[in-house]
Amino acid sequence: MTALLQSESRTSHAPVGENNANDADRSAVRRPDDALAGDVIRTLRHDGTLDPAHDPKLTRDEILGLYKLMVRVRILDDRLVALQRQGRIGFHIGSLGEEAAILGSAFAMRENDWIFPCYREFGAALLRGMPLQRYVDNMFGNANDPVKGRQMPDHYTYKKGHFGSISSPIGTQITQAAGFAWAAKIKKEDIAVLSYFGDGATSSNDFHNGLNFAGVFRAPTIFFCRNNGWAISVPTERQTASATFAEKGIAYGVPGVRVDGNDIFAVVKATRDAVARASRGEGPTLIEALTYRLSGHSTSDDPKAYRPDNTLDPWRALDPLARTRRYVEQHLGWNDDAQRALETEMDAEIKAAVAAAEKTELPSLDSLFEDVFASLPWHLEEQREELRKGPRAKGHGAH
Amino acid sequence: MPQMNMVQAINDALRIEMRRDHRVVVLGEDVGKVGGVFRVTQGLYDEFGDDRVIDTPLSEGGIIGTAIGMALYGLVPVPEIQFSDFIFPAYDQIVSELAKYRYRSGGEYPAKLVIRTPVGGGIRGGHYHSQSPEAQFIHVAGLKVVCPASPADAKGLLLASIRDPDPVLFFEPKRIYRAAKGEVPEGDFVVPLGKANVVKPGVHVTVIAWGAMLYEALEASNQAGKQGIDCEVIDLRTLWPLDIDTIIASVKKTGRVVVVHEAPKSCGLGGEIVSLINEKAFLHLEAPPKRVTGFDTPFPYTLENEYLPLAHRILPAIVETARY
Ligand SMILES: Cc1ncc(C[n+]2csc(CCOP(=O)(O)OP(=O)(O)O)c2C)c(N)n1
Ligand SMILES: [Mg+2]
Repeated sequence: MTALLQSESRTSHAPVGENNANDADRSAVRRPDDALAGDVIRTLRHDGTLDPAHDPKLTRDEILGLYKLMVRVRILDDRLVALQRQGRIGFHIGSLGEEAAILGSAFAMRENDWIFPCYREFGAALLRGMPLQRYVDNMFGNANDPVKGRQMPDHYTYKKGHFGSISSPIGTQITQAAGFAWAAKIKKEDIAVLSYFGDGATSSNDFHNGLNFAGVFRAPTIFFCRNNGWAISVPTERQTASATFAEKGIAYGVPGVRVDGNDIFAVVKATRDAVARASRGEGPTLIEALTYRLSGHSTSDDPKAYRPDNTLDPWRALDPLARTRRYVEQHLGWNDDAQRALETEMDAEIKAAVAAAEKTELPSLDSLFEDVFASLPWHLEEQREELRKGPRAKGHGAH
Repeated sequence: MPQMNMVQAINDALRIEMRRDHRVVVLGEDVGKVGGVFRVTQGLYDEFGDDRVIDTPLSEGGIIGTAIGMALYGLVPVPEIQFSDFIFPAYDQIVSELAKYRYRSGGEYPAKLVIRTPVGGGIRGGHYHSQSPEAQFIHVAGLKVVCPASPADAKGLLLASIRDPDPVLFFEPKRIYRAAKGEVPEGDFVVPLGKANVVKPGVHVTVIAWGAMLYEALEASNQAGKQGIDCEVIDLRTLWPLDIDTIIASVKKTGRVVVVHEAPKSCGLGGEIVSLINEKAFLHLEAPPKRVTGFDTPFPYTLENEYLPLAHRILPAIVETARY
C-alpha cells in the first residue's frame, strides 16, 4: 500500500508489460517507464507462455471462443465505421484496442451476474448472448431496435443477458451498479455486478458516490475502469493527480488492482478474483485495466487534432487481438486458413444483419409516446393525436 | 463586414474579451488544445495559454463549482458545458449556489460567470445530445438566459453577457452552429441583453421563436405569406428576463400569437409567454394563443424531425390562428 501512496504522478499512459518500444517510440509515449509496471497483473508473457501465478486456466474451447469473439468485435467495429462514413448509420463508438479488457471481464462474470455498461461494450453484450441482429437494429434505430429508435446508436439494452441500459451521461451507471449489487446483498442472493466506465468517468460525481456506497455497504460490485488513456481529447493526467486510478479505491476502503488490459488472460483472472471476493461477502473491487483507445473517441471525433498518429505505435504493438492470435497460433493450432474462414463467416453474418436492418421500417409514430409512463396520460394521448393527424416531416419515408 | 458562421462569431467574441479583460478564463472538457468538440474555442489555447484556456477533469459539478470560486476571487470564468444535456451534474452548483449567491450574501458576494453550452436538436443526437433545458434554468430566480439565432447576435450577446453583472446561461443552438452565416461587425460589438429582435414585421399573426427554430418560424411565415397571412416574427434572443414590451406591442397589433420552441410543451417558456400575454393584453386577443413545441417525451433519435416543431408543424398553427 505504501508504494501506492507515493505522490509522483504516473497515471499518464504508457504501455505496460512488453518492452518492445524503441527509444524514439518511448519518448513519444507520454509515460514511457511505468514505475508501477510490476504492480500490474499480467499473464501472457513475451515468450507466449502464461504466468502460472495469474493463469485463469481457461480451456482450449474457452480461449478459442474468446479469440473468435475478439475478431468478431473487431470486424464489426470496422464495418460500423464504414457504414457511418457512407451515411448509412448516424454514429458509432467502438472498442478498437480495448477488446481484451471488455471481453475478458465480461467472460469472467457468472451466468447470474449482471453488467452495468458504459457505451463501448457491445462486445460484452454479444458475449452475454445478445443477437447480432438486435445490435445492428439499434445501430439503424429501426422498428426492431430494442430501444425503439429512441436513443443514438450504441445505446441498446439486453436484459435477458443481464446487460443493462446504456446512457450517454458519464458515470451514472457506477452508482446504479452499486445499488443493484447492494439490493442483491440485502436479499441474500449471490450475484456480482460489473460496472464499466472510462478513466474520464473517475472524475464524475457518480464515481465517488458509487465507490463510497459500495465500500460502506460492502456491495458486491466490480468497478471496471477501462483506462484507455483519453477522455475524448483530454489525457489521463488531466483527470487526476493520483498516481494510479486503482489507488482511488483505497480511500473508500475498496481494494484496487491494476491489470494489463490488453492481456485477455490477465483480465479474466483479475475479474474472477473480484467476483470471488464479492461472492465471499468481502464487497467491491476496483479494477484499473490499462489499455488504449486506438481509434478516435467516436466517429464524430478526429484524433489527429490532438494526438499525432505515431504516438499510437507502441500501443499498436500491444494490440490485444494480435497478442491473443499469437497465443492461439502457438498453442492451439490456429492458422491462416482458420482465420480466413472465420473472417468470411463473420463478414457474411454482418452483411446479412445490415441488409435486414436496412430493410426494416422506422419505428411507428405512436412509439414516440409509449414508455414515457407505464400508461398514456391524457396530455400524451392528445399530443399523439396531434402528431398522427398533422403533416409529416420531410424525409420520413416509412409513414 | 466579415462573413462568419456562429462558431466563428462566438470564437471572435471570446478572443476579443480575453484580450480586453485579463480576468476572463475559459474552462471545460476538451476546450483547450483541441478547441472544443464543436471547435468554438479553437486557437484560444495557443493565444492565451494553459492558465486561461483550461481542459478540466470530466466533471460538470467540478467545472461550475470551481468557476464560482474563481468568480468570487475576481476572475470572470466562461465555462463551457460540452452539451447542455450534460449540465445536470452541475445543477446543484447552478441552482443552489450560482443563482442565489448575490441574494443570499446580501449583495456581498455576487458570483459572475457565463456558462456557454450547445443546445437543441437537429444533429441526430438522441436523448442526450439534443435537449433544450432553458425553462429549467429560467425557473430559478437569479439566472439570465440567452439564446442567439444569428452569428452577429451570438457575438454581440456573448460580449454583453460577459460584461453583465449577473450569471448568464448562454445557450448556443448547435444545429445552426455552421449553417447560420452572416455579416458580423468587426471588433468590439455588443447586443444588449433583454432586447428581442423583430426579424420580420407583419400585421396578422405574431410568431415568437429563438435559436434554431427562428429559421423554421421564418420559413413557415413565408409560406403563410403565400396564403395572404402577414406574420410578424420575433426572435426573443434573451430568454430571460424577456423583452415583454416588444411582445406586448406586437400582440396588441396582431391580436394573434404562436410561440415556437423545441423544449417539451408543458411548463416550457411558451407557457410563461402565453400567460404574460393573457395578463397584459387579454382584451387585444382575437384568437387563443398557440404553442408549437417538442412533445412531452424524451428527445428521440430516429423520429427527431417528427418531434421538432419544424416549419411543417408551425404553418398549420399560423393558419389556424389567423383564421380563427
Ligand atoms: C456528464 C457528461 N459530460 C460530458 C460528456 C461528453 N463525453 C462523452 S464521452 C466523454 C469522455 C469519456 O471518457 P472516458 O470516461 O475516459 O471514457 P472513454 O470514452 O475513453 O471510454 C465525454 C466528455 C458526457 N457524455 N457526459
Ligand atoms: Mg478513456
